[in-house]
Amino acid sequence: MSLTRQDVDKIAHLARLQVTEQEMPVYVKSLSAIVDFVAELARVDTQDIAPMAHPLVGQHQRLRPDEITESDRHEQYQRNAPRVQAALYVVPRVIE
Amino acid sequence: MEWEVVIGLEIHAQLATRTKIFSGSATAYGAPPNTQANLVDLGYPGVLPVLNAEAVRMAVKFGLAVGASIAHRSVFARKNYFYPDLPKGYQISQFELPVVSGGTLSIMLEDGSTKTIGITRAHLEEDAGKSLHEGLASATGIDLNRAGTPLLEIVSEPDMRSAKEAVAYMKKMHTLVRYLEICDGNMQEGSFRCDANVSVRPKGQEKFGTRAELKNINSFRFVEKAIHYEVARQIDLIESGGKVVQETRLYDSDKGETRSMRSKEEANDYRYFPDPDLLPLEIEPAFIESVRDTLPELPDAKAARFAADYGLSAYDSGVLASSRELAAFFEEVVAAAGAANAKPAANWIMGDFSASLNRDALDLAAAPVSSAALAGLLHRIADNTISGKMAKDVFEIMWSEGSGADAVIQARGLTQITDTGAIEKAIDECMAANPKQLADYRAGKDKLFGFFVGQVMKATQGKANPAQLNELLKKKLG
Repeated sequence: MSLTRQDVDKIAHLARLQVTEQEMPVYVKSLSAIVDFVAELARVDTQDIAPMAHPLVGQHQRLRPDEITESDRHEQYQRNAPRVQAALYVVPRVIE
Repeated sequence: MEWEVVIGLEIHAQLATRTKIFSGSATAYGAPPNTQANLVDLGYPGVLPVLNAEAVRMAVKFGLAVGASIAHRSVFARKNYFYPDLPKGYQISQFELPVVSGGTLSIMLEDGSTKTIGITRAHLEEDAGKSLHEGLASATGIDLNRAGTPLLEIVSEPDMRSAKEAVAYMKKMHTLVRYLEICDGNMQEGSFRCDANVSVRPKGQEKFGTRAELKNINSFRFVEKAIHYEVARQIDLIESGGKVVQETRLYDSDKGETRSMRSKEEANDYRYFPDPDLLPLEIEPAFIESVRDTLPELPDAKAARFAADYGLSAYDSGVLASSRELAAFFEEVVAAAGAANAKPAANWIMGDFSASLNRDALDLAAAPVSSAALAGLLHRIADNTISGKMAKDVFEIMWSEGSGADAVIQARGLTQITDTGAIEKAIDECMAANPKQLADYRAGKDKLFGFFVGQVMKATQGKANPAQLNELLKKKLG
């Protein structure tokens, strides 16, 4: 088992997911299996190979001209929001 | 124990593009909430970010201006954290391969010497939205107009040793990005802000102390105050047996203190990874050279030229070159008034002219005295039509009436008296009218010289040429 319960706790917290007591062993086991599977790659010698940021070798980012192409459609977008007030998206109070 | 302060700054400069870094939404400041936030900015599923060419050009321009190296290939990464003003749950930034690395910026210290501050890197990233708390009971309102605005994050080496140095660096960087026209530098609107990494160590120790990161400081004054407060806090803590913990702290400008931001502290695991939606950015050498051709004369070069060509002091040259507009104004005045008037031009611009701008809270562009008008005034001083003292009054009238020097001088009959005979006549009359003072002066009361200067000036309504008056008065009083 490559991941401990504490690891899963931390991952769940970072992803803002709640994991119940019953679910915990399942996640420890299945996430460990994924990590172990990917860890197979560690056996390949990559000493002289530059890391790739993307699988599309030889291609690079296309650039966009600095021109306004979007118009104001906030009323449409905000129909999907749970709560809106004065055109603001309203969320539970953020205290800093 | 003597302590040494170590400071590094991360400056966020909003790039002056028309549209966002990854979408075609406008970036204009002050638009009604959420009217400039489209599907890409809102983080809707299935959208694809496409990089703004202008943001890349501006980053390259900056890199060239600080002598940095421009990466042929750089990579965008996701910085993962949860906050309501970040709809995607990650910020697109650059991590391992930033577009700009290395470089330097030199600052002038109070004693007039210069110090070179290293620049670690500068990378492109997107800004977050804004959280608003007013007017909403127990809730927070989110305006995502700012989300996706391009930022250049400029990270310095921990090379600064005092709050003053940090301010000097921040000011110099502010000057530079405005020279380059890549950022409007408006600090009130948040276009230019900084985080400060602050630590202390016993003087002579090589190892850095544990640092605290002070977040989101948006004025030169606050950066100085926040650092002062934080340094005192850390020293107190260590001297009373405690330990500085590495954390993010918020500067509260109302209370003048820094305080821990616990909510972000535990989330400091950003799990950066390359953004699969964005291919690596490639920058060709030919493009870099084409940007190099557009670089303006930079502040240091301009200041050096002012000092060499016009014989100005390093300080004066630095002040005039600190803003591209001010430097251009100075050069216009010199062009109209002649190089011989460069020094008085510098003095007037930094003195009465700047003071009047400040007093009336005006931008240079709105100054009622144009460069040509100021040059006109300098001509009248140079040809002795008016004295330097009279010129101050003339300037005041020019400023309030928006008229030229000659018009003011003529309308008020302010022409200086340079006719030796006329001045001598006024002196004779004063001497005759004040026999007691004359006797006292001749008996050794040297201080009364000033009294006679004042009397003659009063008699001539301040128009006597001061240098001539002094000379003639000395001769006459004996």
